[in-house]
Amino acid sequence: MHIQSNKRVITLLSASFILAALSACGNGNTNENAGSGEAQNGNSEKEVKLTLMAGSTQDTVNTANALIEGFKKIKPNITIELETSPGGTEGDNLIKTRLATGDMADVFLYNSGSLMKALDPEKNMVDLTNESFMASVVDSYKPTVSVNDKVYGVPAGSTVAGGWFYNKKIYADLGLNVPKTWAELMANNEKIKAAGITPVIGSFKDTWTSQIVVLADFYNVQALAPTFADDYTAHKATNANTPAALRSFEKLQELNDKGYFNKDKLATTYDAGMKMLVEGKGAQYPMLSLATPTMAQNFPDQIDNIGFFAQPSDDASQNGLTVWMPTSAYIYKESEHIEEAKQFLAYIASVEGAQAISVVSKPVGPYLIKDAVIPDDVPSLVKEMLPYFDAGFTAPALEFVSPIKGPSLEQLTVEVGSGIKNGKEGAAAYDKDVEKQAKQLGLEGW
Amino acid sequence: MNKIFRRTYSYYFLLPAAIIYFIIFILPTLMSFFFSFTRWDLTNWEFIGFDNFITFFNEQSLSIGFKNTVIYAVVTCGLKVVSGLLLGVLLTSNLRTKDYLRSVIFFPTLVSTIAVGIVFSVMMHPSQGIINMALDFIGIQGPDWLGNTHLALFSVAFVDVWKGVGFATVIYIAGILSIPSEYYEALQIDGGSAWHKFWNIIVPLSRPATNSVIILAFIGGLRSFDLIWAMTKGGPGFTTDVIASIIYKQYQGGFYGLATAGNVILFLVVTALVFPLYTYLNRKEVDL
Repeated sequence: MHIQSNKRVITLLSASFILAALSACGNGNTNENAGSGEAQNGNSEKEVKLTLMAGSTQDTVNTANALIEGFKKIKPNITIELETSPGGTEGDNLIKTRLATGDMADVFLYNSGSLMKALDPEKNMVDLTNESFMASVVDSYKPTVSVNDKVYGVPAGSTVAGGWFYNKKIYADLGLNVPKTWAELMANNEKIKAAGITPVIGSFKDTWTSQIVVLADFYNVQALAPTFADDYTAHKATNANTPAALRSFEKLQELNDKGYFNKDKLATTYDAGMKMLVEGKGAQYPMLSLATPTMAQNFPDQIDNIGFFAQPSDDASQNGLTVWMPTSAYIYKESEHIEEAKQFLAYIASVEGAQAISVVSKPVGPYLIKDAVIPDDVPSLVKEMLPYFDAGFTAPALEFVSPIKGPSLEQLTVEVGSGIKNGKEGAAAYDKDVEKQAKQLGLEGW
Repeated sequence: MNKIFRRTYSYYFLLPAAIIYFIIFILPTLMSFFFSFTRWDLTNWEFIGFDNFITFFNEQSLSIGFKNTVIYAVVTCGLKVVSGLLLGVLLTSNLRTKDYLRSVIFFPTLVSTIAVGIVFSVMMHPSQGIINMALDFIGIQGPDWLGNTHLALFSVAFVDVWKGVGFATVIYIAGILSIPSEYYEALQIDGGSAWHKFWNIIVPLSRPATNSVIILAFIGGLRSFDLIWAMTKGGPGFTTDVIASIIYKQYQGGFYGLATAGNVILFLVVTALVFPLYTYLNRKEVDL
């Protein structure tokens, strides 16, 4: 009798354990298919749900939502759910992990250029080279999202320029002109400092922002050393032994040496930096122009008080903008709804898509969709940038003409910008960092 | 056959647990030893021998982790032992509010590390943070706690101690309460002071508790990651990078082989430091 009831208890317990294990396995499977459920309704069109992953900055979320709502109007049977990922290297990490574990959203927005190439596009993204909607994308963009001549993405947003925001009122009060050479910029900084205002805002708590002075100098680097990008990729040139490239690091060092940064630069965040600029606590902020929509949204009355100039070189005749390709949209290769995802990308690559974005996030450079125009109500600083584009004084940033971008650059620029390393040491350390990336990508010559 | 079966059949009961242990613990450890010798992108691997380890020791941004990790472990361990002991003595005395104080001291251990890190990094803002504002009120110019390259690691270590001292205190309270009262009676008879009570009775006889705290705090300090990541992300630059955050950054950069090699190094470092420490401490332990 005793043994019988014991047996019963044991059988019951093992049965419940097995059930629990099975249901856990079952849950694991459905997690992989989350957001891709389908239901047939009465019409011939299937209800499809797509997932979209995008960055978490205010601007990116607005853009993503505008695209989702605009697309819903033309294809009401397709619903898109948005998930966000953090910015900087943590976002890179999340996306690489999700791709590696097979758990990525159907469509995801991510950088173009070398960062995208580090995601192994041939394995993880759908090849879009022969899609009809690629015809409406400007050709100069396509190499930045291609590997082995196959195109993998469409642009979602305008091009972005890297340079210096400045507070026009401070400039006017102190009688300063937009600098055309680095020496003029430093002279301006000295006058601003003498007036008791922080000349240059540093927001190093968000480490990615510390790279701008070095990266936005690339127009000047490639003007002096046109073959640098190719030599750099082939390991024939390095930052430390190419004077033009080394100068970029030295410029950052100079700004810190002369004390032009705000005292709390290591504790200031990107959002705090933008606020300081608009409120006049700092006169200039080296940053990508993609900060414009956030400032325009948070400080709509003061946005026209902010101007933008390209980081000057040592020569007044050599002055141009370093340009970043916009965030791009890619389709995950293992998505269950590739056809619907392609329809979404066709919308993003259309003039209507560009217009939907421009309503919530004013363009900060030309669009890369043919025939998409910049609306008239953009902030005045964007209009100030357009002459550079019209005259052709632009160059893509290094990460778009070379697949190598070391992951520790943002920490090294914080070190150079806060005096822990000097420019030469920073450049040499970055060269070592880049070696790891080049070897991981399996490039020739490393 | 029957005889052998009879002798060994009890071991078969261990088999299910052993298989699970092997698959979940031993096998991944062996795999990571293997992959640390390769360049790996999670699908393809290329054998490169000791290159990963050489990179770890050569690159300044990576080798600084060793120095920082050991400093961090020693500082947090030392402070937790001393503060834990003093608080333990305080909370086993005749204080009326000691029950309340015990919960207050233990409370930080329960809170999320990331939340603590974020709150303290806001408090440590050089001009707008509460710490420096309070110091300013009494006329002292507070330093940049997390931005000063000499101070940053110690600021994080301080927050770690704040968070972990409750755990050490609880262990010490248990240790002190287990001291038989005969020793205190003997002290009274011999006419000893409070200092003798502390130095000659409590400290030696709470040696088991001290050993536990040292081992736990030291291992925890060597492996520490969350707090440092939440407060400084290894910054400014690389000055608060410890081995664990360096491994994480290499993983973020997609250098999976290098990150695995880092983990193997961490395993070896912890073993190499903790095993002798443990043997040494155990030899000095006194049986009550």
